[in-house]
Amino acid sequence: MAEDPAAPVLLDVAGLKKYFPIRQGLFRRVVGHVKAVDDVSFFVRKRETLALVGESGCGKTTTARAILRAAEPTAGTVKFLTRSGSVVDVTSEPRASLRPLRREMQLIFQDPWSSLNPRMTLLDLIGEPLLVHGMRSASERQGQVEALLKRVGLRPEYMGRYPHAFSGGQRQRIGIARALALRPSLLVADEPVSALDVSVQAQILNLLLELQLEFGLTYLFVSHDLAVVKHLSDRVAVMYAGRIVEIGQADRVFSAPRHPYTEALLSAVPEPNPEWKTRRIVLEGDVPDPAHLPTGCAFHPRCRYAIDRCRTEEVPLAADASGHLARCIRADELTLAGVATPVV
Amino acid sequence: MTRMVAEDVARTGSGPAPLLTVRDLCTWYFSNEGVVHAVDGVNFDVHAGRTLGIVGESGCGKSVTARSILRIVEKPGRIVRGSIHLHPPAGQGEPRDLVQLREDGPEMRAIQGGDIALVFQEPMTSFSPVHTVGNQIIETIRLHDRSMTKALARDRAIEMLQMVGIPRAERRVDEFAYQLSGGLRQRAMIALALACNPRLLIADEPTTALDVTTQAQILELLKRLQAERGMAIMLITHNLGVIAEMADDVAVMYLGRVVEHAPVRELFRSPQHPYTRALLRSIPSLHVPPRQALATIEGTVPHPLNRPSGCPFHPRCEVAIAGTCESHVPDLLPIGTGPAPALVSCFLHHPFGDGARQETN
Ligand SMILES: Nc1ncnc2c1ncn2[C@@H]1O[C@H](COP(=O)(O)OP(=O)(O)OP(=O)(O)O)[C@@H](O)[C@H]1O
Ligand SMILES: Nc1ncnc2c1ncn2[C@@H]1O[C@H](COP(=O)(O)OP(=O)(O)O)[C@@H](O)[C@H]1O
Ligand code: SF4
Ligand code: SF4
Ligand SMILES: [Mg+2]
Ligand SMILES: [Mg+2]
Repeated sequence: MAEDPAAPVLLDVAGLKKYFPIRQGLFRRVVGHVKAVDDVSFFVRKRETLALVGESGCGKTTTARAILRAAEPTAGTVKFLTRSGSVVDVTSEPRASLRPLRREMQLIFQDPWSSLNPRMTLLDLIGEPLLVHGMRSASERQGQVEALLKRVGLRPEYMGRYPHAFSGGQRQRIGIARALALRPSLLVADEPVSALDVSVQAQILNLLLELQLEFGLTYLFVSHDLAVVKHLSDRVAVMYAGRIVEIGQADRVFSAPRHPYTEALLSAVPEPNPEWKTRRIVLEGDVPDPAHLPTGCAFHPRCRYAIDRCRTEEVPLAADASGHLARCIRADELTLAGVATPVV
Repeated sequence: MTRMVAEDVARTGSGPAPLLTVRDLCTWYFSNEGVVHAVDGVNFDVHAGRTLGIVGESGCGKSVTARSILRIVEKPGRIVRGSIHLHPPAGQGEPRDLVQLREDGPEMRAIQGGDIALVFQEPMTSFSPVHTVGNQIIETIRLHDRSMTKALARDRAIEMLQMVGIPRAERRVDEFAYQLSGGLRQRAMIALALACNPRLLIADEPTTALDVTTQAQILELLKRLQAERGMAIMLITHNLGVIAEMADDVAVMYLGRVVEHAPVRELFRSPQHPYTRALLRSIPSLHVPPRQALATIEGTVPHPLNRPSGCPFHPRCEVAIAGTCESHVPDLLPIGTGPAPALVSCFLHHPFGDGARQETN
């Protein structure tokens, strides 16, 4: 599914920042800031999947949490198109009026082991959001929970059981059922398959694809796994050290990346095919400490294309003719390697 | 019967004499709720200078196999059957069966970290929080070579840290593991493991906790060290991409058994076991158009206390043979005749009655 430019924008994030203070000494004075999310902007259209990818610590989870106000953003706006057709800025809503918004924006977590209350049965876990949002009748709730369990591939008879009796994949299905209970329009999924085995991961990815079509869901899909992302997304945003360094259509980002970091990231993925000799770009060193970012382009100490200007100049996100954005001074002159996609 | 089959496997193993031969290894855990057959009849060989990849989903017994080889299985677990022969370099004595050695005896101690070293997924747990990285490497070196002075061992520790690509090793040698980044810590862990020149390095998910770009660094490092030192590597992972890139031979495990064993290209080009086939189809790939559904395997890996009878894969197998697969255990047998044939444990390849044994457990 290519981007449908006619579809309305459901989520519009602009200039989002989340800084964590670094405190030191006897009086816990603030001596600096971790710029976990620094000036992040993107939009997600209705019914599409935008993937947020990058390595650990680059700010993906913090971005997702700031969007949902699970962490108070330091700056920026998060505009959301509600079901009633009005656009609200999630960041400036008073806390008390967030509840009706929460119905429409739901979160799925990475860790199916810790994200479900062990003392609640499936009926309570999945029924709770329904009750909180006013579904008083117990039999009506039970009917809903039954339908949801069936839809995510669990047997309704399990309703009376506790989460510990389920495997990782089954718990992830429970988490999905719970998130779906209120018929949200946006699902923010933070590494939802990262803790799962290959065969279970495939089942959950397929379930997410089906549910999206069936319920017209919009996904913000956070992941560090590029192959997983390829199976799910329409567009991809790549983060490095708290900033977005590239955004574009999934097939373009994968086949013709415009940022050297994306190129290196793609080449680092081990290919499940011993016949293919990959031309691997091995990056030197580590991801920079977000408390002490390099000047200029934050990627310059590890970039094989860096020139003098990269060390000093602030680099903006700039688009090519097709609207594919990259934060690289040399984006237009470099020809970077992507992955080949077989024609079908 | 089982043992005879195991000998067949030894004879058909690839190339020159192996460094390690594991035969019919069974390691069970005797817990209150029942007996977990964590490893239940595992067979494979490891060869000098080669990498054996062990792949399988969570709980299939990869780590317990590694712990069994090093004789560090924790209670209530115990090796209940089988052999693990460590072969000395040519002309230097007889192979020893590690299963017969005392867990905490001097022979086993000399082998742990000496002949065979282990690298874990989480390097933090292998380093002590109260000793510097350098002191731990020095201690390991001197444990295995009493004639080594402290000063010499320190030089060697620095050399090891340099060898694994840690910048400013002379300074890092005095740091603590928690002061290093994930990638550097994994490098230090590898330096510690290699300090005594092991002939076999067992790496249990060495890159699973790392980012892809750091993983790429560590995989390159392991390849280089193997080329330089000719050591054997047993690489345990659930990542088939890592296997494709690193392994010469692959053993695929399911519920405590090796279900297929083949040279890496063969395994990926023409997988023979129904589980291997299904597993390979379910891996997400970068080489597909965006938004493609994946092939899946029905159901999930059963709970270890609910081990299916017969072929452990039968409840999920699309081609199971009714009347046979649910009641009989297929053995791991060669297919084809070449010098290093693939081994498969499935009645489709070896019809029942032809080398298969009755269900015994
Ligand atoms: N101390 C123990 N007590 C009881 N059962 C155990 C113990 N350690 C391991 N097991 C069981 O042995 C089986 C194999 O475990 P093992 O750790 O070898 O799996 P693995 O293949 O390494 O999985 P992973 O990919 O999750 O690391 C599992 O069913 C596990 O529950
Ligand atoms: N509560 C917090 N206090 C201080 N620093 C934090 C906090 N949460 C996250 N960070 C830092 O912000 C950065 C981004 O973290 P995170 O969003 O969790 O990354 P990702 O999800 O991409 O792995 C990291 O450097 C992390 O250490
Ligand atoms: S701006 Fe310079 S350092 Fe940064 S990615 Fe582009 S070429 Fe590399
Ligand atoms: S032995 Fe039977 S159940 Fe097992 S993998 Fe082969 S066909 Fe399937
Ligand atoms: Mg995260
Ligand atoms: Mg393990």
